[in-house]
Amino acid sequence: MRYLPLTDTDRHSMLATIGAKSIDDLFVDVPAEARLSGPIAGLPNHASEMAVERHFSNLARKNMAASHHPFFLGAGAYKHHVPATVDHIIQRGEFLTAYTPYQPEIAQGTLQMLFEFQTQVARLFGCDVANASMYDGSTACWEAISMAGRVTKRKKAVLSSGLHPHYVSVAKTMAHFTGDALDAALPTLEAATDADRLLAAIDDETSCVVVQYPDILGRIADLSDVAAKAHAHGALLIAVVTEPVALGAIRAPGEMGADIVVGEGQSIGVGLQFGGPYVGLFACKEKFVRQMPGRLCGETVDATGKRGFVLTLSTREQHIRREKATSNICTNAGLCALAFSVHMTLLGERGLRDLATLNHANAVRAAERLSAVPGVTLLNDSFFNEFTLKLSKPARPVVHALAAQGILGGVSLGRLFPEASELENGLVIAVTETVTEDDIEALAAALKEALA
Amino acid sequence: MTINQSGWRPEMGANADSDVATYTGNRALMLEEALIFEIGTTDTTGVDLAPAPKVASRLGGLERHTPLGLPGLSEPETVRHYTRLSRQNYAIDLGLFPLGSCTMKHNPRLNEKVARMAGFADVHPLQPQETVQGALAVIQELAVWLIELTGMYGVAMAPKAGAHGELCGILCIKAALEARGEDRPVILVPESAHGTNPATAAFAGFRVENIPATAEGRVDLAALKARLGPDVAGVMITNPNTCGLFERDMKAISDAVHAAGGYVYCDGANFNAIVGRVRPGDLGIDAMHINLHKTFSTPHGGGGPGSGPVVLSEALAPFGPIPFVSLMKDGTYKLVEEESTGELHPQTFGRMAAFHGQMGMFTRALSYILSHGADGLRQVAEDAVLNANYILRSLEDVLEAPFAASGPCMHEALFSDNGLAEGFSTLDIAKGLIDEGFHPMTVYFPLVVHGAMLVEPTETESKATLDQFIGALRSVARRARQGDEALKSAPHFAPRHRLDETLAARKPVLVWKEAELAQAAE
Amino acid sequence: MTRYFTDEHEWIDVDGSSATVGITDYAQGQLGDIVFVETPEAGKSLSKGGDAAVVESVKAASDVYAPVSGTVTEGNPALADDPALVNSDPEGKGWFFKLTLSDPTELDGLMDTDAYKAFVAGL
Repeated sequence: MRYLPLTDTDRHSMLATIGAKSIDDLFVDVPAEARLSGPIAGLPNHASEMAVERHFSNLARKNMAASHHPFFLGAGAYKHHVPATVDHIIQRGEFLTAYTPYQPEIAQGTLQMLFEFQTQVARLFGCDVANASMYDGSTACWEAISMAGRVTKRKKAVLSSGLHPHYVSVAKTMAHFTGDALDAALPTLEAATDADRLLAAIDDETSCVVVQYPDILGRIADLSDVAAKAHAHGALLIAVVTEPVALGAIRAPGEMGADIVVGEGQSIGVGLQFGGPYVGLFACKEKFVRQMPGRLCGETVDATGKRGFVLTLSTREQHIRREKATSNICTNAGLCALAFSVHMTLLGERGLRDLATLNHANAVRAAERLSAVPGVTLLNDSFFNEFTLKLSKPARPVVHALAAQGILGGVSLGRLFPEASELENGLVIAVTETVTEDDIEALAAALKEALA
Repeated sequence: MTINQSGWRPEMGANADSDVATYTGNRALMLEEALIFEIGTTDTTGVDLAPAPKVASRLGGLERHTPLGLPGLSEPETVRHYTRLSRQNYAIDLGLFPLGSCTMKHNPRLNEKVARMAGFADVHPLQPQETVQGALAVIQELAVWLIELTGMYGVAMAPKAGAHGELCGILCIKAALEARGEDRPVILVPESAHGTNPATAAFAGFRVENIPATAEGRVDLAALKARLGPDVAGVMITNPNTCGLFERDMKAISDAVHAAGGYVYCDGANFNAIVGRVRPGDLGIDAMHINLHKTFSTPHGGGGPGSGPVVLSEALAPFGPIPFVSLMKDGTYKLVEEESTGELHPQTFGRMAAFHGQMGMFTRALSYILSHGADGLRQVAEDAVLNANYILRSLEDVLEAPFAASGPCMHEALFSDNGLAEGFSTLDIAKGLIDEGFHPMTVYFPLVVHGAMLVEPTETESKATLDQFIGALRSVARRARQGDEALKSAPHFAPRHRLDETLAARKPVLVWKEAELAQAAE
Repeated sequence: MTRYFTDEHEWIDVDGSSATVGITDYAQGQLGDIVFVETPEAGKSLSKGGDAAVVESVKAASDVYAPVSGTVTEGNPALADDPALVNSDPEGKGWFFKLTLSDPTELDGLMDTDAYKAFVAGL
């Protein structure tokens, strides 16, 4: 076995040192009836590197890869070009095969990177502080709701109908068990967001209002009024950003009064990967820092006065606080946070702005072209790189028909909201810098045919 | 003659002096690196983008007019920045990383290669299912392996890390109790448990009570039995436990908990010790998470991402989360989501993350599993346990091993700080090991042992490496017993000396600020 | 004014029906450098033995229990900016909170200075 360095000679001599006759002597504490006498039957034995690679190649070929086709899917995961440098850096063994930086003297690489990442996320979101990342956007969203409950000592969250339905589902799963109340609703196929509904729902029992920006249908609305009303009632505003590239073009949620901003960082540096691993972003106002979940990296000095970094405020965390911890989370998405940070460093503010401008321009052109297709209406007044089309028939079968023609043509609202037949004609289209004019023409032609 | 016209005449120098100051602060290959905020500018970029076509903005009047303050670097500067940072990290690629309970084993590069195949890495989670059959097949194939290796009934692949897996298992228990119409508010957790166990139970709304350990480091079965009753939802047990011992009474514990109407959650963090030799399903477990980054070699990445599939008993499987992959009668794979739960999975507790698990970790773990096969995985457990016992028996004369008399250890060896000179602690031993070129073991965990040192070598270390580590640890332990003051200021040769964690916690600086802003905040 | 001690290493100075609570010098020595103290808000009612405050060092968080029942009148505002006061002056400037006693007879079971000294010596 190529991954096991011990030879049989080693094994014999080590058993002798231990004073055991055979390896079975080391498993004496396992009750006899639970010991397996040999390899589990029915499973294959070890395989060569070539054989394993061939197996995966065969399976990989059965999937339509985004880069090989006109591609328009978004709804919480976006296809952006990831510079080759990003993948090179995250494959350096010193990052790839390190552990959580519990011994800071020999983990300054990871720690400084996390400190830079935290600063990048805080600035991007317009917040004071950010943590070292979470599992993904949806779990970060629930953690934010949970944190708002700790801050306000209230248990009722108002969720915008523009929040990604899977994020709503995650919150519902957790709220069911924790006894939190969620005021949620289905979106309507209109250009306006549900800001009025949110304003009406906020009262003195409300712990937080959760608004996605841009929302699941791609709409963008100012958060200031909702923030003001929430604050007037002692509630927090949580903004959710699933497409952080947007913030290269539009105002940061923190700037509009959001108290906690969470997001999915996949767009920057992390590939699609069929849903994971991704990287949850979590930022907030400084005054709430002790209620934050997740790891935090902080600046300090070493015994000789040199600047260095450590994990800090650990007493919030499960390994010290146990059942009184702010969260049960004991990891972050370190390597994905690194990918995010490297890509963001390559972009810089200028690159991020240019990337956002390019995304928006491509999306505007696509929206204009596609809404000229008979049977297609553009829902949005406002959008960044994602918008919703109302089709003349249910979108779900249309998506399958497009796929049959080699076009990955958006996410149907029927898939996202299977219980809501009134939304079934909606199709969410994402257009990033990776989409060409030919791709848009191909989609327009195929849509025309599918709707004819 | 022409005498040495260039003047080049190698010399050894008079005294080798390690305290020479340098202009840069660098020390040859040990390079200092500033923050990107100090070396980059907001006008620099390392990407070239096509010019954007001119269009009328549709941003709803929310165009951003204020700067964000995000610095950029050119590509060469970026590569150098992160390469320099990387060299300040210890890593499994550099040497033994014996963190107990963390299972730092070799990360095969084949795993990285297959995970990056376009058919897996470049696929969107919401693509039509007919376009992702190969990816769904990978999830299903891994699921079958996990079920077979654990002898369990089903597996939930959605959880995104070990602690998320714990949450999944605990929510299954809660949903099962709800279905039975019972309110059982208490979860029992042994004192030696990982902190996540009580944190998870509390996060899911349970009240946590501790159960004590016996003097030999195992769960006190009598105390557990005495506490069981109609208010107890279940127990969370780590097996092999955090003292590195197999819970001999596991089956009796499960039987007692089941008889009292509860469920048994097993923390599978230490599955590496028993894979291929013991199936948790044979011990009466109802739910167990498997950290793919521990047993199945997906990279730890400096703290994640993890992946924590949960194997489930027949009693709990109906309550597992959506979405999941199902093999249909026509040979196709179906992703069971919200809309089909009514017919296929009516009792699910719901969704626990946006999409369907850590695909990038599934490919890596399956690559590792297929490489080893059933025979190789059994050898993994045997070598992991052999290596740990070799360390235990090679060190127990210089470090107190509180449970050495309890029999062989499993995959990790536990020592205490008993016998060190006055004023010397586990921390000093850890820092001394850093100077010896090793990553320290897990320290101060489990809490049931004073000054605990938990050493887990894993199966991917050679005997020569173990012998060198043993020699180094014996030397450091002797220095700590003799009170060598130089050990108190170790590490001496790392990129940084001991860092002031008190300062970091008292005055948290969590983001970089321009000097004038930082001063104003003081 | 009389000072009492608990076996959980809290001290309490009693002056009529009002009292001041902190942790002992022995306790701060065991905890090491204190980095954060969470004191209860005024108006909070405490019951004897219940959680009253939290004191944190870098690697540990400890609950401070109410030595007696009562209503909090004030948390020590100085600890927010300078938690190190608990290390430098635990039984003076590093006090945690003041409260109004609801049942002075609860003081009967507590230790006096000598008894606490003997208790610590036996640990």
